[in-house]
Amino acid sequence: MTITQDDLRFDPDRKLKVVGTTPIKPDGVDKVTGRAKFGADTHLPGMLVGKVLRSPHAHAIIKSIDTSSAAALAGVKAVVTRDDFPELPPGEFRDISSNCMAREKAFYDGHAVAAVAATSERIAKKALKLIEVDYQVLPHVIDVMDAIKPDAPILFEDMVTKGMDPAPDGPTNILQRKEFTMGDVDAGFAEADIIVEREFDTKPMHQGYIEPQACVANFTEDGQTELWCCTQGHFVFRTRLAAVLKMDISRIRVTQSELGGGFGGKTMFYAEPVAILLSRKANRPVKITLTRNEVLRATGPVAGTHSRIKMGMTKDGRFTAAEAELYFQTGPFTGSAFANAPQAMFTRYDLQNIRAVGYEVVSNRPKVNAFRAPCVPQVVFGVEGVIHELARKIGMDPIDLRLKNAATEGYKTIYGATFGPIGYVETLEAAKAHPHYTAPLGPDQGRGIATGFWFNRGGETTASLNITPDGTVTLLLGNPDVAGSRVSICMMAAEELGIPVDKVRPIIGDTSTLGFNRVTAGSRVTFSAGMAIVLSARKAIETLCQRAAMMWDVPEDGVVFEDGHVRPASSNVGDFEPLSIADIAKKATETGGPIAGHAEIVAEGAGPGFGCHIVDVEVDKETGAVKILRYTVVEDAGKAIHPHQVEGQYQGGAVQGIGWALNEEYIYDKDGRMENAGFLDYRIPVASDVPMIDTVIVEVPNPLHPYGLRGVGEVPLVPTMAAIANAIDDAIGIRPRSLPMSPPKVLKLIEEAEMSRDQA
Amino acid sequence: MARSHVTTTVNGDEYEFLCDAEQTLLDVLRDELFLTGTKEGCATGDCGACSVMLDGRLVCACLVLGVEAAGKLIETIEGLAHGDELHPLQQKFLEHNGAQCGICTPGTLIAAKALLAVNPDPSETEIRYWLAGNLCRCTGYDKIIRAVMAAAEEMREGRS
Repeated sequence: MTITQDDLRFDPDRKLKVVGTTPIKPDGVDKVTGRAKFGADTHLPGMLVGKVLRSPHAHAIIKSIDTSSAAALAGVKAVVTRDDFPELPPGEFRDISSNCMAREKAFYDGHAVAAVAATSERIAKKALKLIEVDYQVLPHVIDVMDAIKPDAPILFEDMVTKGMDPAPDGPTNILQRKEFTMGDVDAGFAEADIIVEREFDTKPMHQGYIEPQACVANFTEDGQTELWCCTQGHFVFRTRLAAVLKMDISRIRVTQSELGGGFGGKTMFYAEPVAILLSRKANRPVKITLTRNEVLRATGPVAGTHSRIKMGMTKDGRFTAAEAELYFQTGPFTGSAFANAPQAMFTRYDLQNIRAVGYEVVSNRPKVNAFRAPCVPQVVFGVEGVIHELARKIGMDPIDLRLKNAATEGYKTIYGATFGPIGYVETLEAAKAHPHYTAPLGPDQGRGIATGFWFNRGGETTASLNITPDGTVTLLLGNPDVAGSRVSICMMAAEELGIPVDKVRPIIGDTSTLGFNRVTAGSRVTFSAGMAIVLSARKAIETLCQRAAMMWDVPEDGVVFEDGHVRPASSNVGDFEPLSIADIAKKATETGGPIAGHAEIVAEGAGPGFGCHIVDVEVDKETGAVKILRYTVVEDAGKAIHPHQVEGQYQGGAVQGIGWALNEEYIYDKDGRMENAGFLDYRIPVASDVPMIDTVIVEVPNPLHPYGLRGVGEVPLVPTMAAIANAIDDAIGIRPRSLPMSPPKVLKLIEEAEMSRDQA
Repeated sequence: MARSHVTTTVNGDEYEFLCDAEQTLLDVLRDELFLTGTKEGCATGDCGACSVMLDGRLVCACLVLGVEAAGKLIETIEGLAHGDELHPLQQKFLEHNGAQCGICTPGTLIAAKALLAVNPDPSETEIRYWLAGNLCRCTGYDKIIRAVMAAAEEMREGRS
């Protein structure tokens, strides 16, 4: 019998020994001792330093590039420009390539235009200054709503908007339009007693990982490429690099380092193909480490948005319809994943009538990249604000209103799937029961709640599990561990095999060691790799049973595996001492060879995740400063394999959202240059900005996973900004509709409210 | 350009190196001595990932020139454990999951050790303000603060 993914169903009666505990993670000691190797920590003999020259203009035709003086400088071993990149047909890979190295035009301040490799950083920097670029500066546009104005500077004269009927007459900056509908929206609004319609703005933020991108490329004389880099998906990097550089996939070997934070921002490469081309020209390894300035000007960010959101409700609090018009900035190339937003923004409510239209708009800022639940938190900021207002209008408790409209098992979503067992109601109930929800508040303090949803993902996943000759176990995994997946996967392997978790050691293999793995994103890895490793373990157990039967000379169906041992299935089989995995492993050579299990799957059955955040704020009416006093994240994990890792996701997501809510934004000068490209001026939350983040792990098992888990990495960011804005309203009676809710903006809202009160 | 010859002490061991005038202590530690446990997050003194001790003073290695290390005593993350015994801060970071991705962890541990040297019984607020220069994007700081509080408690008990 061959075990498949379909055999991996949740068993509620299973007694767990390892899953649900909090062992120290296998990568822990390396991380607290400085041993862990991150992107910039690889050194190769003879390695050169690569540096990238970047456009100082937001929008400019590159008329010519003269690299002759740079190339002639002593110590310079290679120079690369657009001329070194292969021509590609229009589409995804040409976009990727053009973002890594500008072609006819530079599209944003920081767009790469040339690169050098030299024997020292000093020489490389000097060489960059010797490169002469002749720019013809063009008018630029930064803001998403400015970019769709009729007189806006056009980025691509040949761009035909996709998804518009009829298509616009000429070129616009609207790259594409996508519409999602269900039910009859007009009839739904006709049924409503109360309709609230509001507009919202959010600003781009950076993913803010502390580790700048870094890579080392080594191109050999026989056309092989080795690449070491920090990435969320080395297999995906390999595929895209092969396409961009027109190489065979098998000739590229990508080894992922420990990942110093990604949050979606390291799902795409920037300097990696440049480093490979430099290495090819120089015939030596080349390392490129981005500076923080480069990280902020040329990687990330998250799409900024403008949205119009309308919802209808009966006077007893039943939602009847929802409508949304959403604009997402994407930089010069597609990449916002904006279609997530219309599909996820209302999903958690039992709405039957929805129309949501999204537009992806190009402008002169860096190409956006994924960030926890890409494009969803931005629009949930609006949705949960409208619902907050609806609750106020009928005087209903905001959690009660959400409970009254909560989607439950059997709800058919706008994206076509029908919910199985989900934990939205349980999450809301847990939030309502939390002492935080009813704790007293002081003057100028307020409390807000908001909720969020994420699909969670599965996808291509491979894994290998090897029983060593002494019965301990090694795992080979194919996904970079962004924060705690490795330990959780080891725990599931240990649980299956009935051995202590410290007998299981994982490594993450390079791209030549395993079959293809989809990128670490969308909260897919602990779920998917967990499935793959459980499948691998069960295949190994099948072999262990066969071997034990052979050792005892009994039929294969005469043995069972329990608690880490193979035992006779009954006394009729014979009187044998149970055999441990070690006992069987020791005899493996005599019984047929090494024992292992492996799996190559497209993981299916990811269970949707839901969260509810409760936040208390205090608003300083003199300065407009908002202080976070207390924060509680309640979220359904299905099953927390390692509760500390799950809590870490909840807490980290919430604090990223606090930064997005209160402070983080890109500031541009009149020429479209980023003015705050450093951690001093682009200020992410620091330890003294935030309180402890309380967590409640709700567990409504996902029936399609052997341990019931759901992904937990995306949802913790989704409701944060909305919850804080709702809390500000509770404190001062004004619900901000534009991010960030920074002191000057909040102060302006307070002053405007006072003025209109005076006039009234 | 002539490079400077520098002799310094890192984690109790004497090191010699040559460095350019503009190379920082961070560059020297990572690229000349291959002590890559000290991390670069910004190179402008804003993130604290390169926190090290220089003659007993907590500094950002990216704001110190390599030549300034001459004759100084430097302590980095590689010297925090004693033999096979982890420092209580390291142990508590493991137990409390204070290191998520781990890139900020070496700098945070060095900074936390410096705090406990001057204040063995810090309040949560004191820890938060002391570590305000050590940016972390993964954890939301909660588990870091708890780990430092737990280590401080253990170290106080160890002393009494």
